[in-house]
Amino acid sequence: MIAVAVTSTWYLVLAAVLFGIGLAGVMIRRNPLIMFMCIELMLNAVNLSFVTLANHLGDIGGQTTVLFVMVVAAAEVVVGLGIIVAILRRRPGATADDLSELKG
Amino acid sequence: MISALVASDFATPHVDYHALAPEIVLGVGICLLIVLDLFLAESRKWLVSTVAGLILLGAVLPVVTLGVIGSDVRSMFDGRYVIDNFSLVLKALFLLSGYVVVLMSSRDTEERTPYQGEYYTLLLTSIMGMVMMASARDLVSVFVALEFLSIPAYMLAAWRKRDSKSNEAGMKYFLLGVFASAVMLYGMSLLYGVTGSTRLVDIGQAVTGTDHLVGVQVLGIVFVIVGFAFKVSAVPFHTWAPDVYQGAPTPITAFLSVASKAAGFVALSLLVFLAFPAAKSVYEPFLWVLAAVTITVGNLLALKQKNIVRMLAYSSVSQGGFILMPLAVAGTGDARTSLRAVVVYLIIYAATNLGAFAVVMAVSRKTHSGEIASYGGLFNYAPGLAAVMTLFLASLAGIPPFGGWYAKFGAFKAVLEARTGAAYTLAVIAAVNTVVSAAYYITLMREMWMKPAPDGDESPVRVPRNLVAALVITGVATLAFGVLPGFSGYGAITGLAGAFGR
Repeated sequence: MIAVAVTSTWYLVLAAVLFGIGLAGVMIRRNPLIMFMCIELMLNAVNLSFVTLANHLGDIGGQTTVLFVMVVAAAEVVVGLGIIVAILRRRPGATADDLSELKG
Repeated sequence: MISALVASDFATPHVDYHALAPEIVLGVGICLLIVLDLFLAESRKWLVSTVAGLILLGAVLPVVTLGVIGSDVRSMFDGRYVIDNFSLVLKALFLLSGYVVVLMSSRDTEERTPYQGEYYTLLLTSIMGMVMMASARDLVSVFVALEFLSIPAYMLAAWRKRDSKSNEAGMKYFLLGVFASAVMLYGMSLLYGVTGSTRLVDIGQAVTGTDHLVGVQVLGIVFVIVGFAFKVSAVPFHTWAPDVYQGAPTPITAFLSVASKAAGFVALSLLVFLAFPAAKSVYEPFLWVLAAVTITVGNLLALKQKNIVRMLAYSSVSQGGFILMPLAVAGTGDARTSLRAVVVYLIIYAATNLGAFAVVMAVSRKTHSGEIASYGGLFNYAPGLAAVMTLFLASLAGIPPFGGWYAKFGAFKAVLEARTGAAYTLAVIAAVNTVVSAAYYITLMREMWMKPAPDGDESPVRVPRNLVAALVITGVATLAFGVLPGFSGYGAITGLAGAFGR
């Protein structure tokens, strides 16, 4: 057994990796629902980063921010799913590439 | 646990109700509007738009009284929510441009949507977010205000839910908007980590010394600016703007291209002037590139547009570059001149662009088309509309003596005062682009004044009263700001905007 102390750095690296995965997902995936999930992943990476830094600094500010981010993310889900459902109802299986009526 | 809470030195924060009155009027008004909508018969729904307009005007009143009483800074919640002259000027701008959007919307929504109550409620909510943005002095309140104004705007962009173009506009706006928020938030978390505070002023004190800016600080600053660059549709983060502007209902397009954009610039200037004043070696080159690319690419793409809304969309992208210009020299030049240039540009641009979209709405009531070619012969059958449209286009092109000229003059003055090679280069790029931009504005003018009507139909356009009111307000403002830049009051307003309270 190798005992390794899990320091703040580990969490920050994890947050950065999660953020990177979310970022790559938004760029690569074309299903609007999955793109949206990847954005949620990015938001949660931000939350992890805020909490870790707040713990590291011994400051309550970062933890309060996380509460605001969570509430706003919930509101965004409601609106986003509404818009996505409105589109998929008219055009089942539409991907982000199909949405190209407007261009130029 | 509870005893610990009781024993802690928690003090109720001091709340200045007069300073918060605009937000309180709006908040109460939004609730009233929802209830009113419930009890109105379908035939009397037009009352909703009237009441929404009155609520906005009611919220302007306390802004005026606060401005008249004095220029002292009212700071609340440990300096996280500040009412100073800068925020008062912008609150008035947001509320009044909201009022013009309500005037533009009323007939359009009556004819096209059964959901009038919801429409105005969301519009007012979004304006409330903007009003809060003007006072936010903390990363958290900036973020909450930004989402407060964005989330209703996503719904408004997708308003015509049976129209696939509107759906597409809403979807693109939503995905890119939330993506930008996530990038900006990650930047904020990094900034919080290196400075240990979410207050903008504290961040400004911690991010000091151009020589020992650590990598994380640079990353945080860049991420936050990228997030807002999406909001203000700066190239290369502009791709959503033309699509959303074309797909959304036209009053909402006007709203997004003016008020939402202005709110993004307010946040950007808060960050540049309060949070990063010592980091000019990071943000100045970045904003320089953004400004230069935004002006140029916006113009070149506007040149080849056939649809008037897309043309105005790219023109507004390019105008955004002019507003970025003073921010790109905010550190080396005079900070007060730069901030004043930004605020004056926002005010004049709001009047002009709202007016241009009001004309587009009036003309499309007859032609039912967005093609530039459909503007042929406008002077013959609607000389009034052709004349005001010419006024707005000339103002956008920066031709004296209209408002846009004075706005551009301020932006160039701020850039030239920086007296560096980079600043002079930026000014030259912008000057060349001003000439290029005149080309597409003049194309539209020529269409209106010299070409015959495409289908020979020269029956007059019936413009509803509300739209006439919107045209008069924006037209008079555009003309007055240009002809009388020094008239009493206006000079005081621009002077007021020059300083931030802490």
